[in-house]
Amino acid sequence: MITLKSAREIETIRRSGKITAAVLTELMQAVRPGLTTRELDAMAERGIRARGGIPTFKGYRGYPASICTSVNDEIVHGIPGDRVLRDGDLLSIDIGTTFDGFVSDSAVTIPVGTISEEARRLMEVTQECLMLAIAQMQPGNRLGDIGAAVQDHAERHGYGVVRELVGHGVGREMHEEPQVPNWGTRGEGMILRPGLVLAVEPMITAGSPEVAILDDGWTVVTADGTLAAHFEHTIAVTAEGPRILTLRSVGEHPDALRYRPKEEAIA
Amino acid sequence: MARKHRGPRPDRGKKRADKAAQSATPKEEAIEVEGTIVEPLPNAMFRVQLANGHKVLAHVSGKIRMNFIRILPGDRVLVELSPYDLTHGRITYRYK
Repeated sequence: MITLKSAREIETIRRSGKITAAVLTELMQAVRPGLTTRELDAMAERGIRARGGIPTFKGYRGYPASICTSVNDEIVHGIPGDRVLRDGDLLSIDIGTTFDGFVSDSAVTIPVGTISEEARRLMEVTQECLMLAIAQMQPGNRLGDIGAAVQDHAERHGYGVVRELVGHGVGREMHEEPQVPNWGTRGEGMILRPGLVLAVEPMITAGSPEVAILDDGWTVVTADGTLAAHFEHTIAVTAEGPRILTLRSVGEHPDALRYRPKEEAIA
Repeated sequence: MARKHRGPRPDRGKKRADKAAQSATPKEEAIEVEGTIVEPLPNAMFRVQLANGHKVLAHVSGKIRMNFIRILPGDRVLVELSPYDLTHGRITYRYK
């Protein structure tokens, strides 16, 4: 059942989102060759709890960590461990915070050291996909407009759109209805209304969109071994348009500022 | 964290008819009773305790879903009981 959130509830999700944004920013600035993914996870857990939040991922369906760290051909749900980050790696970090009973979910893909031109372009296009998707989240538009925007932009660049995983509604639970696919047809699907809070997360591959799951039961990788990128924000549909509740002050696409939550000054 | 896609695969096969079908409207009048939500069950179903003490299984009506009204344990609701099976009903109204 899809629930619409009140202004107060959206405000709480924004407070949760600020924690997510702050911790993600910390991690983004800490990433360097030589760091292990486990160290990033420890940093994340400390950062979330220090701000009064609870790491949403930890214990979720048995997931063992507070963040997902997915490197190169890993698309999402990479489990932090002894993997050492190397110069040239393309790293995605996904993080969720539960604060005051409400969840926020966000992810970025960033370079470790210097990455290839191909990796940089994939990363940029994927972030653009997210911005184009958010631009569609006006009341009165349809759910399919979001997926169509992502799919069109990604495929125009010759990239693949992952089908096995989707974005989702967000609220007191991390995964609520509706499902938010990264593919679709304009004009199809449910009508977007103020109060809808969605986690939109384009997952884009450099080659084929086919995926496989590793033996750990979590890590999703590209079937053909090519690179993948992932960006995610938690966004509220409001009467004044989309509001990014996990907006950071660092490492955002320039368009993102226009969707900042109301009454927040530009840093 | 991304969620596993559930449902028909895109670009493949025919469109499946909507499976969340309501039961056919009976010609007889359904019985309307007040009740209180006891617990939520999956797929927008709820266990409801009626005024007469009976517990029934009820699903949320399409109108309530369409207006995105949230129903929680403890809410007082109006339930339409099926004349064919008095242990099943449809929640048609949530009292304020």
